[in-house]
Amino acid sequence: MAVARQKPFVIRHMPGFPTLAIVCFFALYMPLVPLVIYSFNAGNNIALWEGISFRWYVAAWDNELVKAAAVRSLVVASFASFFATILATMAALGTTRTRAYRGQTTIYALINQPLMVPEIVTAVALLILFAMIKEATGYHGYAYLIIAHTAFCIPFAYLPIRARLEGMDKTLETAAADLYARPWPTFRRVTLPLMLPGIFAGAMLAFVISLDDVVITEFVKSAGQDTLPTYMLGQLRRVITPEINAISSVLLLISVILVTLIFFLSRNKTA
Amino acid sequence: MKTFVTTFLSSLLVFASGTALAAGELNLFNWGNYTNPKLIEKFEKEHGVKVTITDYDSNETALAKVRAGGHGFDLAVPSHSHLPIWISEGLLANPRVDQMENFKHVSEQWRNPDWDPGRQYSAPWQWGSVGVVVDTSVYDGDINTAAIVLDPPQELIGKINVAPEMLDVIHTTVLYVGGEVCTTDKAVLRKVRDKLVEAKPKWKSMDYGIIEKFAGRDLAASLYWNGAAFRARLKNPDVRYGYPREGYSLWADAVVLLKDAKNVDNAKKFLNFIMAPENAALISEFARYANSIDGSEKYMPPDMATANEIIVPDEFKSAGQFYPTCPPAAQKMYTAIWTELQK
Amino acid sequence: MASVSPYSNAPVLDLEALARRREVKTNVLLTVPALTVLVAAASGPLLIMLIFSFLTPGDYGGVKWELSFDAWFQVVLHRDIFDDTISLADAHLSILWRSVKLSFLTTLVAFILGFPTAYFIATRPPETRNIWLFLVTIPFWTNLLIRTFAILEIIRNQGVINSALLGMGLIDAPLDMLYTDIAILLGMTYVYIPLMILPIYASMERLDFRLVEAGYDLYASRWKVLKRIILPLVKPGVIAGSILVFIPSLGAYVTPRVLGGGKNLMLGNLIELQFGQGRNWPLGAALSLTLLVIVMFALIFYVRSAQRETH
Repeated sequence: MAVARQKPFVIRHMPGFPTLAIVCFFALYMPLVPLVIYSFNAGNNIALWEGISFRWYVAAWDNELVKAAAVRSLVVASFASFFATILATMAALGTTRTRAYRGQTTIYALINQPLMVPEIVTAVALLILFAMIKEATGYHGYAYLIIAHTAFCIPFAYLPIRARLEGMDKTLETAAADLYARPWPTFRRVTLPLMLPGIFAGAMLAFVISLDDVVITEFVKSAGQDTLPTYMLGQLRRVITPEINAISSVLLLISVILVTLIFFLSRNKTA
Repeated sequence: MKTFVTTFLSSLLVFASGTALAAGELNLFNWGNYTNPKLIEKFEKEHGVKVTITDYDSNETALAKVRAGGHGFDLAVPSHSHLPIWISEGLLANPRVDQMENFKHVSEQWRNPDWDPGRQYSAPWQWGSVGVVVDTSVYDGDINTAAIVLDPPQELIGKINVAPEMLDVIHTTVLYVGGEVCTTDKAVLRKVRDKLVEAKPKWKSMDYGIIEKFAGRDLAASLYWNGAAFRARLKNPDVRYGYPREGYSLWADAVVLLKDAKNVDNAKKFLNFIMAPENAALISEFARYANSIDGSEKYMPPDMATANEIIVPDEFKSAGQFYPTCPPAAQKMYTAIWTELQK
Repeated sequence: MASVSPYSNAPVLDLEALARRREVKTNVLLTVPALTVLVAAASGPLLIMLIFSFLTPGDYGGVKWELSFDAWFQVVLHRDIFDDTISLADAHLSILWRSVKLSFLTTLVAFILGFPTAYFIATRPPETRNIWLFLVTIPFWTNLLIRTFAILEIIRNQGVINSALLGMGLIDAPLDMLYTDIAILLGMTYVYIPLMILPIYASMERLDFRLVEAGYDLYASRWKVLKRIILPLVKPGVIAGSILVFIPSLGAYVTPRVLGGGKNLMLGNLIELQFGQGRNWPLGAALSLTLLVIVMFALIFYVRSAQRETH
């Protein structure tokens, strides 16, 4: 610290910000501590400690229902966030850094509409619509869940990407165009790399939002399509067992492994 | 990590192919965490049928989904209060449960319930009651009254929970002020409203999940279901379950065959299967509520056979009743009271 | 536009107009796929709700196909069930007020914590930024309900916070936080804070620190630089973040239910009640459409005025 203070003036430094950031990260991770601890609970309650055991990991491993639900959540979230991010990126390109055109506000409102009504409303509306389609076509697959999730994930991916784009000026692209670069290479080589942090942030938001969804999934799912959140919602009136803590801890572990992998991969690249 | 990737990929394949491959299938739509996996395993083994369980969290969700159609379920487990709606709206097929081989095990008192006369449509699953749960180390007075939550003694104030179930709360209060369930009598409902508005500040919460809170002594009383009271007593020996003598509600969940079921034969096999005593005992063992099958006691865990939460004491039997879903006029007034209570 | 005078410079203008029109066409085309999905699976089905709001509630949920304006009437007016007097629907208004208040506070707290965090991440070395970003979202790999229960575990009377405060001797008796508005506020902030951090980060990541430096060269204080240079530059991110936190908070359902102890309804719970135990789908539909319209206008107004300030 003393060394840092001797430096003349750190432009990027804002007093108090690192402290607040550390408080924020601490607050983000603190609730995970009891969550993980209770996954080792010997008792069958998520808030009543009765000693250490691995029984809920064993139980979760033996429970086809909960395992399938966890994998299903991840698969649906992967598909939905993938599609939502692509669609949101295109939409963001079409609505920012452009001359104002008629209908722009309408488009903006439409894209953000899923945020504006409580989930239950979309859920009931989709139930009625999809039930008609299910009866007419006889198709009960995962497309319904993926489309529904993609739709409500779009604004979550769109807004960060748009925010990113708004901060970019067009000089680089114009320069590329002046050098007779075709639009597509210009996009791929200039615009896209510049947008990437926004796309990355948007995709991650879309992924966790899809992973968390309960109400819409509950109403749209067909037979045998429980995700982890709906599986847990069903337990709300009864006993919620630490099995969910065990599954959640495993998911946490997977995400940590992913982060570590990305970290090492990106380090190799820069090295 | 590798196993995870394999699971992930194989599940993708299942996604692509649509349905799993099995000789026979059965789709059960049931309350979450309500179906004993052992029961399902046993059924699958005996009949070579692959059972898929899908969860729901409320009667309203289940009804809305089945009514919308295209759901793909064969069997569902509505509560008695909603069962007549399922029948009258034409959502059910009639499997003639009363003519099935194992129907002989159904107790006499469950063979002709009001909500399914002649018991043609539904096979019994579990039943229970809505009463009061009290930590007797905090309050050791009379607990067989709804006054515990509606006119709480000094010791309990601020330590009371009420299940966030509109009809259970309103029914309990109506009976407590001396009215009849599903009444639209304004004089009675005014008393109900005033009683609830007066009592609510004395409550701590209106929430599910009471067992850990009784164990941790965060709560001292609650209006709740008997099975949870039983589990709470296993964690905190001071907990007792009271049957309000002013009147209390009973409920029963029953398995029904849906009209658009695709696997009718397997569904009928399942209905018959769960009426066998040893299988009914498996149901009770898991969710800790009583079933309606004679002779299942001897297969049940011993602590259940004598539990006062499960076996209603004779003196309180007459106060408990099954109540139907109220007609729209009453329902509308109840919702208004409920909203006002929580505004 | 068609009549072109040979003596004017109209042909040049026409080319420009053509280019402009082509640009607009490309832009609109780019939004078509997203709009298609949204209309198919979000906005379109809401038309069903619009129709429902003009129908009669079914006896046991659902709707009867009889025209009725009752639902819209009930949104703002309340007919007393006892004496039939008509008054303003104060229950709905107080629930709306509580929701707006809590959502606003949630947004504020999320901003106060989220902005410095985003700044912190954006000023890390470039190759580690994505890792930090990932660290923000990792807790959200666990499901919402279990996370909410974990918060409950922390703020209850025997929970971590109270034990720590008691242990340090800062308080004598445990703070009763569970089942209060504070609990809902803490829970919603926790649930929604990534929605604030990520968009702000996205617009801050390429912050031009030469501008900041120029500010300091002109003897601006840290605070002035933050307020006059950094905040305006990252405004799009702040706008996006506050929209993503505020609006979903308004309709939040699970967190208020679990942490608030369910004693007081929020908008999300009120609307859910109509589709569930209340069995009044038309009222649920009318309430949510009212919410939609209010939020939509507020959003457009907010975005426009925020953008006007920047330009």
